[in-house]
Order: sequence, then structure tokens, then C-alpha cells
Amino acid sequence: MLAATARQLGSVAVTLFALLALTFVIGRMLPIDPVIAVVGEAASRETYDMVRTRMGLDQPVLIQFGRFALDMVQGRFGSAIITGRPVIDDLARVFPPTIELATFGMAIGIGVGVPMGVLAALYAGRWIDHIARIIGLIGHSAPTFWLGLMGLVVFYAMLGWVDGPGRIDDAFEGDVDPVTGFLLIDALLAGNGEVLVNAWRHIVLPASILGLGAAATISRLTRAFLLEQLGQEYIVTARAKGLSFARVLWRHAFANISVQLITVIVLSYAFLLEGAVLTETVFAWPGFGRYFTNSLLTGDMNAVLACTLIVGAIFVVMNMLADLAYRLLDPRTR
Amino acid sequence: MSVVAWLTAPEITSPRQARAQRLYALWRAFRTNPMGLPSALVILALILAAAAAPLLARHDPYVQDLATRLRPPDRLHILGTDELGRDVFARLVFGARTSLAIAFLVAAIVGPVGLLIGTVAGYLGGWTDRVLMRLVDLFLAFPGLILALAFIAALGPGVDHAIMAVSLTAWPPIARLARAETLTIRKTDYIAAARLTGASWPRVVLRHIMPMCLPSVIVRLTLNMAGIVLTAAGLSFLGLGARPPAPEWGAMLSTGRQYLLGAWWLAAAPGLAIMMLSLAFNLLGDSLRDALDPRRG
Repeated sequence: MLAATARQLGSVAVTLFALLALTFVIGRMLPIDPVIAVVGEAASRETYDMVRTRMGLDQPVLIQFGRFALDMVQGRFGSAIITGRPVIDDLARVFPPTIELATFGMAIGIGVGVPMGVLAALYAGRWIDHIARIIGLIGHSAPTFWLGLMGLVVFYAMLGWVDGPGRIDDAFEGDVDPVTGFLLIDALLAGNGEVLVNAWRHIVLPASILGLGAAATISRLTRAFLLEQLGQEYIVTARAKGLSFARVLWRHAFANISVQLITVIVLSYAFLLEGAVLTETVFAWPGFGRYFTNSLLTGDMNAVLACTLIVGAIFVVMNMLADLAYRLLDPRTR
Repeated sequence: MSVVAWLTAPEITSPRQARAQRLYALWRAFRTNPMGLPSALVILALILAAAAAPLLARHDPYVQDLATRLRPPDRLHILGTDELGRDVFARLVFGARTSLAIAFLVAAIVGPVGLLIGTVAGYLGGWTDRVLMRLVDLFLAFPGLILALAFIAALGPGVDHAIMAVSLTAWPPIARLARAETLTIRKTDYIAAARLTGASWPRVVLRHIMPMCLPSVIVRLTLNMAGIVLTAAGLSFLGLGARPPAPEWGAMLSTGRQYLLGAWWLAAAPGLAIMMLSLAFNLLGDSLRDALDPRRG
């Protein structure tokens, strides 16, 4: 157990290091000379050389990489062009809205996906199974940004059930103090019902669209895991013993798949961050995804590299957590 | 002897008959899945529509007519017109060329690359395997879209850069699959026989291992095409793939977004097209996998 954990930590360290290298390479692929980008075409030879030295570009590549890695590890990402502030401060500001959206989306993904998967497994081959399969296929095949746009047309413009893009109406902007950074929780803490309702009406649609993809994956895998368990002999034994079907299903079969499910959920949560990039663009959600795309479109490489690195690191850590959960919770791996 | 009898005869007399019989068995397994043939036909129809775009579209996809801008669907423009008065159907049909070209070009790049890396890593083992698979893990540990976006940020927007960026993120699953297949094949007797005849390792990999990995790689590629279509459309939607005025589905969606509330058909049509293509690839991949799965026999 200890040796396995140590080996895994080593592998995570190697992956993180490779991630740094990959980001460094991406940063060096710029088709334009980074020095010219700073000083302009008309700069004299002396200015060019001076800036080049100051940027450290006259050093050997390995030393440049070493500096880059040290800076990144310490969170010195440089400053962003659009906001003019350090990238690290921007990231601290844009992450809470994304985490709020992703968590809400994940809650929907689990709330819809798990029951749908269980039903599909129980009624395999029947109409419930087919409906679950179709919803799953749409969740996998429809572009999330298109679903978002169509959702806005139907639920915002036509039915008026939800509010439009953004996290909250301008009128309520700044009404509650950001304590946790999660608007729903902050509004609850401040006891401000109006803000709570408004924030709710803004988040519900993007979170549902984001959660649909997760629900599709979770339901398909829940179905597969459960079918595998239900076909085994211990189920027959438990039934023959006289246990009710519900008890066998939940206490025996479901308990056995719960570890696998947790792994799937942790990994899907990481992928929600990816989905957030497009969803946030559609819904003008002031989170990480929109910050990332805005930085991209303005060619702000400091911000782009920092975002890439952070998402990569989150993925690596999530993968590690999923693995760890498996090892801690499943007695068979001990 | 009838063709079917030849295709099912238990006594096989030629390698050609053996190959034909295998394909025929595959075809019959494929036919048992009700979604297989329709999804293949949808993809074929889209390819044909893209090829015959000038014949299908009654309007030029580039010609602007500001007098008839943002018209809802009617008899003359069956899917309406866009913000510059261009026919949406014509742009959709011509846009199929770009979207399909991106998807198939990416597949044409990542298929062979993934196959080569996977088989070489699996056959040679040792350090080659360790280094290559670490690289695969690194790319797999990364969300594809974010990585593609980062590459485009460095390379600059455009269709060719989008193809490169998506390819960079799409080869690792293929390589991992090919490696797993290779590991099961490399211990077989016929590989040992090939080596005893003095075949060099590139020859063994190219002639004896790769052909055996091909079916599962094609299935995985077909399934991944769905994701490739979505990622490519997402890049264009963000303004990083195909640029206006070129008709492309993701880019059309992006302009449609600005007129969403007044002219919903502008965004609805290209989105449906993307979904249809991606759904067809998903279903086709599923049925191909079922047909090739020996457990289903």
C-alpha cells in the first residue's frame, strides 16, 4: 500500500514535470519573435539586445526552462495584458464562479445520471433503457455550446423560466459581500433572498447543460457496472436467502459498484472544467473558461500558459484522487 | 456456385475467398445492429452532399444581399438567410466540406501516427515503451480542448492550425489501443515464425502486427470522430478555426449567436448539422465495434 502510493506520487511528479515542459514548448512555438513583440519592428540593435538579455532569451534553453519552471511552481505567472493585473490574482477571481457552476452541474449529473443508469440496468432492453440510451447519445453528440444557445432561446426568450447570460443581473451586482466567492452560498449567508433567486435563475440553465454530458457518462457506466453485478451468483444467493429485491439491489449490488462510481464521478468533474470553457462563453459566465478564451483571442500568452498549466495540474491531481479513492475504499485492492 | 454459397462455403480454396468470407461475416454482424446501416448512410449522404454542394444549393454561399437579410425559412430560402442575406442552406451544404475535411484529415493524421507509435512501443518494449507511453499518459491526462486551444494560441487561428491542434490531442487514445493490441499479438507463434525467418523488427511491425491492429483502430477512430467533429466545431465557434466568410458549421453557429433571439434558425441549423454528423459517427462506431467483437460472434 505504502509502496504503491509512493510509486504513484513519483509518477504524478513526473507527469507534472512533463506538463511544465509541454507548456514551455507551447510558449516557445510563437510564430513571432517575442523580443520584437515587445520592442517593435523599428527598435535599434542595442534596444533589441538589451530586451533580449532582460527576457533571458540569450541563455541556454535548459536554463530558460529552469527559470520558467521555478516561476510557474511559485505561481509567478506574470501579468495579464487585458486586466493589467498579475495572472495569479485574476485566476483567484475567476475560479470560484467556475467551481460553483461545475459543482452545480455535477450535482445535476449525479442526480440524473445515477438513477437513470440504475433504471436502465433494471429494465435493460426495455423502453426506459432505450430512452436513457438516447439521452446519453444526445449528451455525447450535441455540441454543448449549441445546446446552450437553444436553451437560451427556449427557456429564456420563449418561456421566461430562467434569466439570460451572466451570473447575476447588473442591478444586484455587489449586493452581497463575497465571503466564499460562491454567489449562491454568499447570498444564503447574507440572507438576501432576492439575490439568491436571481443567482439561481442565472445558474440553473448553464449548469444543466454542463451536467447533461456528465449525466450521459455516469448513467452509461452505472448501467454497465450494475448489469455486471446483477449477473453474479451472490445476487441469486441473496435472493434465495429471502432478501427483498430492493435490499439486494441497494445493499449488495449498489454497494459494490459505489467505488467504481466515485472514480467515474471524480474524473467527470475534471472534464466539466473543460466543458465550462464553451458553456461559459455562451452564457457570458465570468469564470475561468471565459478568462481563458478571452486571453486566447487577445494572444495573452502569460494568461494562456498559466491557465493551461493549472487545468493540467487539476487533471493530474483529480486522476490521482480517483486512483487513491479506489485504493482506499475498495478492500480488494488492499 | 452462387456468390453467397462461395461466401459461406466451409472449404476455403483461396486467400481471396478467405478475405471475402471474413468481410461477409463482418457485414452480416454489422447488419444485426439496427443503427449501423442508417448511420453509415447519413455519413455517406453528407459526403455526397458536400461533394455535390454546387448542385444542391440554389444560391451562392458567398453572395450577399442585404435587402433580404435575416429572413425566416421560406420557399426560396428553405433555411432562411443570415445577417448578410446569404442563403443558410447553401452555406450549410458548402460548410459540410470544411467540417468533413477537418474530421477526415485529423483521422488521416492520428490513425497512422497512433498506430505506429502504439505498435512500436508495444513490440519493442523497454525504454522505448516507457518513454512513449509516458508521453501518451501526459496527453491523456489533459483535457483535449484546453490543449488544442493552447496550441492555437501559440500558432494562431486558422483551419490548418485547428487540424494540427486537434490531431495533437487525438492520437494518444489510438496509440494506447494499438499498444494493448500489440502486447497480445507479439507473443503469438506466427510472430515468432516471422522472426525466425529473419524479418527485421520494422518488417514485423509493419507487415505482421499493424494489419492485425487495424480493425480495432478503425473502430476507435470512428468513435473518436464524433469528438473530433465537436472539438473542431468548438474551435471555430470560438473564432479560432475557420474564419469568416468561409462557411463552416461552428463559425456559422458563432455568428448565429449574435442574432439568437431574433433569428434562431441561424444558430439552430448548423448546430443540428454538427449533432447529426457526430451522432452518426457515434452510432456507426458502436455498431462496428459490436460487429468486430468476437464475444458477440
